[in-house]
Amino acid sequence: MTDPVLRLQDIVKTFPGVRALDGVSFSVMPGEVHALMGENGAGKSTLMKVLGGIYQPDGGDIYMGDWKVVMSGPLEAKAKGIVFIHQELSLAEELSVAENIYLGELPRKSFGRVDWGKLADKTNAILEKLNVGFDARTRVGDLSIANQQMVEIARALTVDAKAVIFDEPTASLTDAEKSVLFDVIADLKKDGVGIVYISHRMEEIFKITDRISILRDGQYQGTLATVETNEEAVTQLMIGRKLDLSRNASHHKLGDVALEVRGLSCGKLYRDVSFEVRRGEVVGFYGLVGAGRTEIAETLFGLRGPSAGQILLDGEEVSIASPAEAIARGISLVPEDRKGQGLILGMNCRDNMTLPQVDDLKAGPFVAEGAEVAIFDKYRDQLDIRTPNWKSRVGNLSGGNQQKIVIGKWLSMHPKVLIVDEPTRGIDVGSKSEIHKLLRELASQGYAVMVISSEMPEVLHVSDRIVAMYSGCIMRTFTSEEVTEDNLIQAISGLGGDRAA
Amino acid sequence: MQPGALSKALKSGAIWGFIVLELIFFSVAGEFLSLSDKAFMDFENMLLLLKQSAPIGIIAMGMTLVMVNGNIDLSVGATFAIAAIILLDSMTWPIFAGLGDWVIPVAWLLALMAGTLLGALNGLIVWKTGVDAFIVTLGSMLGFRGIVFMFNGENPTSHLNWTLVDFAEAEFLGLATASWFLLAVTLAVWFLMARTVHGRNAYAIGDNREAAVNAGIRVGPHMMINFAIIGFLAALSAVIFYSESGSVNPNDGQLYELWVITAVVLGGTKITGGAGNVIGTFGGVIAIQLLRKGLGHIGADTSTVNLVIGLILIAVLFLDRQLNVKGKEELKV
Amino acid sequence: MSVTQENAGDLREGIMATPTKQQIGTVLARQGILIAFAVFMIAFTLANPKFLSVDNVFSVVRSSAILGVMALGVTFVVISGNLDLSVGSMMSFSTIVVLDLHDKIGPALAIPAMFAMTLCLGAFIGFLVGYLRLNSLIVTLGMLSAIHGLTLTYSGGQNMDIADKEGTWFSVFGQGTALGIPVPILIFAVLAALLGVVLAKTAFGRKVYAVGGNGTAATFSGIRRARTVFNCYMISAACVATAGLIQASRSLGSQNTVGQGLELEVLAAVILGGASLLGGSGTIFKTVIGVLILGFIQNGLLLLGLQFYVQFVVTWVIIILAVWLDIAAKRGKLWSPIA
Repeated sequence: MTDPVLRLQDIVKTFPGVRALDGVSFSVMPGEVHALMGENGAGKSTLMKVLGGIYQPDGGDIYMGDWKVVMSGPLEAKAKGIVFIHQELSLAEELSVAENIYLGELPRKSFGRVDWGKLADKTNAILEKLNVGFDARTRVGDLSIANQQMVEIARALTVDAKAVIFDEPTASLTDAEKSVLFDVIADLKKDGVGIVYISHRMEEIFKITDRISILRDGQYQGTLATVETNEEAVTQLMIGRKLDLSRNASHHKLGDVALEVRGLSCGKLYRDVSFEVRRGEVVGFYGLVGAGRTEIAETLFGLRGPSAGQILLDGEEVSIASPAEAIARGISLVPEDRKGQGLILGMNCRDNMTLPQVDDLKAGPFVAEGAEVAIFDKYRDQLDIRTPNWKSRVGNLSGGNQQKIVIGKWLSMHPKVLIVDEPTRGIDVGSKSEIHKLLRELASQGYAVMVISSEMPEVLHVSDRIVAMYSGCIMRTFTSEEVTEDNLIQAISGLGGDRAA
Repeated sequence: MQPGALSKALKSGAIWGFIVLELIFFSVAGEFLSLSDKAFMDFENMLLLLKQSAPIGIIAMGMTLVMVNGNIDLSVGATFAIAAIILLDSMTWPIFAGLGDWVIPVAWLLALMAGTLLGALNGLIVWKTGVDAFIVTLGSMLGFRGIVFMFNGENPTSHLNWTLVDFAEAEFLGLATASWFLLAVTLAVWFLMARTVHGRNAYAIGDNREAAVNAGIRVGPHMMINFAIIGFLAALSAVIFYSESGSVNPNDGQLYELWVITAVVLGGTKITGGAGNVIGTFGGVIAIQLLRKGLGHIGADTSTVNLVIGLILIAVLFLDRQLNVKGKEELKV
Repeated sequence: MSVTQENAGDLREGIMATPTKQQIGTVLARQGILIAFAVFMIAFTLANPKFLSVDNVFSVVRSSAILGVMALGVTFVVISGNLDLSVGSMMSFSTIVVLDLHDKIGPALAIPAMFAMTLCLGAFIGFLVGYLRLNSLIVTLGMLSAIHGLTLTYSGGQNMDIADKEGTWFSVFGQGTALGIPVPILIFAVLAALLGVVLAKTAFGRKVYAVGGNGTAATFSGIRRARTVFNCYMISAACVATAGLIQASRSLGSQNTVGQGLELEVLAAVILGGASLLGGSGTIFKTVIGVLILGFIQNGLLLLGLQFYVQFVVTWVIIILAVWLDIAAKRGKLWSPIA
């Protein structure tokens, strides 16, 4: 049996008051794709930071081959052949592809000059291998997101990589782009490189990995051979209990149409979109990233002017020019980017939650802070937000609790229509199922709910009807009886498209 | 044509278009308004303009480097004054009395070293404390100015060395010493930014600092070197200017940072870093000097120059924004 | 405040920690500016007992009042995530205008006219930064120059003097006393209290913090970001006009450059108080502390017989130390992690 390229043995890392990693062991064989899974906060990123030399472990050892190694920092990790491909692109947009690929190690000539000739040769050799349609001199800012990701991957190929760590690499890729990525991974595999693949997407994990290691609360839960296990077993190890993803159509009677959209268009972003949402109904919007779903939500919330079409609330045509108007008309939006759009991280929980109605909560000329605390307490209890008190900074809460603050913020406005964009992105499995339950409950209380999600199980689980979008158009609207995974995938990959292999 | 290509072409050519516009305007307006008979676009006049651009221009090249790197330096005016005082004061120091005219290179060296060290000090503080460059250099703008006053209180410092004046007033191939220095500095900084590893890394740091750090680029030393360079250039600018004038007031160089930043921004350097080049800055410097001279030519006074330059700076910012607006489909945040 | 934040961090991890040495250090560093201020005051009082005499304190606060009033307005702008470098030249403008109009239309009309003109300038900046979303550093840098030009054009470059300096009630704002307290101090104190309450207790104040903390999220919460920023610049302009009024009333004559360089001293005071240039943090109380520190340093050094420019150097050191300690406390490390 060959030796693993990389082996972590009993790694311990503690932070004041927390044992973030508690004796984690993990190894990657040459030519193996090894998935690392766990809920958010399970310790995956801490483990990777130990591996990258950003944190020094308090206990345990790292081995490469037979050698025990100490990682002093990112540079040393790279020198030893460990390459990270980060979830968030880390490219300098103004610089060329070549300069980005060789960032930090541009070839030098005399007087500190860049050796442009050598740089171009080396870069083009790598780009050829990746079979991409751009060349070394292209400005990175002019590339599509997928091509930018290819630049990141090209970076990994510049060093004699022994192990490559992919951190959620497919988050912003289309299916076609994903398959290119998987080809690259297959090539690396052939060359005997060990690959660590961190992802939440079960589909991918079962498609491309050889083994799966699971972390929970900083503890190693075990390693499974991919062919011998299934999603449920993995999930169970991750959360210690089962995630319910059964279909869940409403049994209560639906109310009147709360929101109707007729022939709505917004430039090239989406065209001629029509749908309706009834009180008591959850309508799921499913499609690829860039299909126009978020943009529809933004139009309904007054953040993007439509170029044509009508929006009707309770049968009455309205025009919505700003979020303030949208809120006044009873539309609320839980945005997809929680930290960038949903919350003010430096503010406390209470102030975040009451922000949209701060003008209405008045005690004389001042904000009625007592009323604010009452609102916060109410939704903290209702949504089970775990925070000591309202004074905590929102930035200190976990992703799930942060998301509940955003949801609480909008529930406290008692909206007619609640739009939730990617309700469970980046939050742990436990909070996920709570939020799913909550969305169903809201519908049964008579809210009209729009859920935009890129996760098929989620859409299938929470929706009464599903709107499938492709490239800015609605392809089909399914009832929960009609929909199957197959026909849904067909609809979102374009007319007559076969299921992407 | 790719989307954005038009706006990009407009932007890269904008400063030169603006210069042409200024030339035409002042030539035509000068025919009617000017008190002198001399044409505005007189060759001599343009050469003089290049020379007068030098003090601001030389510092602006350093500012381009620092701003592309993602920082800013508000202390250049004070550094300029310190270097000037050291240059003139040191020539009278008793220990150098025996040197004769050899005191000149010594004084130059001292002044340039002082500028470089003060710049490096700014850089070191930014690097080691992690305090924003805006705040650090805002502080040292005050502190350096305090040091200036320590030399001679509120009195001017004067020393004329005729050899030095001859050198500063010399012309070579029709260009004044100061003009040659401006051109040489522009070329040198262009080379540094466009052709060297240090320069490219400076772009990368300004563009995406985290990516640069992840790629193992040592951000701190690069920033410190760039601050040292702008300190050196501020001193060089002072050394050239005061070699000729021979007298410095403790308030000299005030608001230079403003003129310099205006020139750099007019020249298309991104305020947040990562984009910009010295050719554009050169255009920005010329444009400002043209404006000052041109307004003088048609009989406007300083007040108008201040007013017009301030408004043009804002107008440029506004145009830049308008060129990038995508229409009402754009997200309104 | 700092204690609750620390605790929140610990609770997130599910564990209540007793304060460690490091946390005590953090608290010390966070309150460092107050502690340094106290040490400084004690040292100077020991060196010169006159330092803390009522007369001296009054004279310090009175001479800080102009800077202070301007700093109150700039605090709003900075918390909203923007900068205002134009307040110095705007203050020159207000001073020149009110002095000029004093003799032309009388003080009773001159004052509102001057306020209206200054507010127009504030509205222009607020429009550019708030509604057009232009970079505030560059806009106010441009306005620094433009307003200076405007002032010179207005005055024709001449100094402005009131003809009858003895016979006008206009001098009350700068030179008068009420209830035994100099009027400039009263104005500063009343404005500080008023604006402090506005910032801390009203919906508008909350929106200023929200817009500065995360402008996008504020927009997504239905806050009219442009209007909020605009209002901050209006408040700043109103404060500048008040400062110009005190200045004009105190001297009854002025140069065109009376406010030159004040924008940076004002910013220094606001930063010294602990407001972050990134926006979203700072308070009026802290700004007042920052203003007083600057004022007392200046005064203390003069009492020690040092030249005025020594305070420049001292201020330099203090600003950098203050901001450094503040961020060092936040990151829990003295030296920056920059490689």
